[in-house]
Amino acid sequence: MGWFGLLFGEHGWAPLLLRGTVITVALSLTTVPFGFGGGLLLAVLKLSSSRAVRVVCDAYTTFFRGIPDLLSLFIVYFGLQALLNFLASALGDAWRIEMNAFIAGVIALSVVVAAYSSEVWVASLKAVPHGQIDAAKSLGLHPRQVFFLVVLPQLMRVALPGLGNIWTILIKETSLISTLAVMDLLRAASEASRATTRPLLFYSAAAAMYLVFSVVSGFGQALLERRANRGFA
Amino acid sequence: MLDDLTGFAAFVFNFEMLSTWGYRLLLGLQITAEVVLISCTLGFLLAYPLSRARMSKNPLLSWPVLGYVSFFRGTPLLCQLYLVYYGAGEMRPFLTEIGIWWFFRDAFYCCIFAFTLNTAAYQSEILRGAVQSVPAGQIEAARSLGLSPYRIARHVVWPQAMLIALRPLGNELIGIIKASALAAIVTLLDLMGQTRFVFARTFDFSIYLYAAIIYLAITQAISKLWNWLEKQLSRHMHIAPPATMLLGAADRGAASATLGAVQAE
Repeated sequence: MGWFGLLFGEHGWAPLLLRGTVITVALSLTTVPFGFGGGLLLAVLKLSSSRAVRVVCDAYTTFFRGIPDLLSLFIVYFGLQALLNFLASALGDAWRIEMNAFIAGVIALSVVVAAYSSEVWVASLKAVPHGQIDAAKSLGLHPRQVFFLVVLPQLMRVALPGLGNIWTILIKETSLISTLAVMDLLRAASEASRATTRPLLFYSAAAAMYLVFSVVSGFGQALLERRANRGFA
Repeated sequence: MLDDLTGFAAFVFNFEMLSTWGYRLLLGLQITAEVVLISCTLGFLLAYPLSRARMSKNPLLSWPVLGYVSFFRGTPLLCQLYLVYYGAGEMRPFLTEIGIWWFFRDAFYCCIFAFTLNTAAYQSEILRGAVQSVPAGQIEAARSLGLSPYRIARHVVWPQAMLIALRPLGNELIGIIKASALAAIVTLLDLMGQTRFVFARTFDFSIYLYAAIIYLAITQAISKLWNWLEKQLSRHMHIAPPATMLLGAADRGAASATLGAVQAE
């Protein structure tokens, strides 16, 4: 059968690939608040005055940046599973929870992305002059207002390029989740190529989708950066 | 509850298991080292002509390289690996006919092939960014002194460019070490592959932690070595090293982040 029929014919595989793409996009987008948020939290803790807190947070970052992402995913995935089993055996079977592969994937990705993004956040936190915080405090702003109204907008301007890079890594990273039984884009391509013995076609199609995804998010990044830089350039 | 906790600790660090299966990790480490060293070296050799072609004014040279670089940087390495490994299987009759099936039959060679093409794309961009960060005035000055194009490249551009490229190239080496774990998915018994093998036999989670410790030791050692190298090579510079060097990140994304900074200059 021709490639067009295999993809878009009556029993074509395009719908499965499309559903895989949706899962891939969903995985990436769901990871962002947890991964980037966790990274920001880590960054704030890394600048804490307590030495113990700093050491623990640095160790976390060093660990997850120093080992293969695939290994991180396996450690988080199987570690979570072991922990859940342990909790169930300690607290009784009523506590037994089945792990959803998608949620486990988001947790695993967030753990890695938090480690990556914390360095970006630290560098940008340092870029906000301390006088700004002092000035905001002396105006009587609540610590929350100081952070969200004074620090964060200036922080984002510096952090966006770095976070954008991590976002493009994240998109590609989601493909690793395909090894954990989530039907993402790459796994959909694998299914299709196994059923049709046409791997070249389907992996190329998947690669094209990833490429489109990267190009589109490149434009999105440029827009966001322009918005964050308004009044500067 | 306390018994459960000590049981959990014993479960996490199972030394008995390590003495039985540890040698497999070492066997895998050797394969990982081979894959990484071969593909990084070949990738570097490919990256130089690619970066030259990318910087060329001739669109017939620069556009194909732009396409190549965008493809390999914009798609997941795992997808590229599948394309090579399973794609070669589909093209078997053709590959047999031209006599290179023996190469693509072997997961080891497939991994080296995919990783080399991938790292060549990243490294060529690193080299391009580094070369372009050398101020044009220096090249003009060298030219006005009557230096030949070769001497300008050899004595003016490259010494400065390589110093800038050093940090991102180190990040790329670490990135390839980390990415090489993907080889395990296409059945290669590298460090990650052996780890999965042992886990499949023992269902003992601690093997993953031991593998992590090995990977961590290697990447940390390289990171320290690179810091030392950079310090040695930039001794003559009284000013602070370029901002690109200070990021000190240990992942490929950060490598491209520093690259972005270079390009933006």
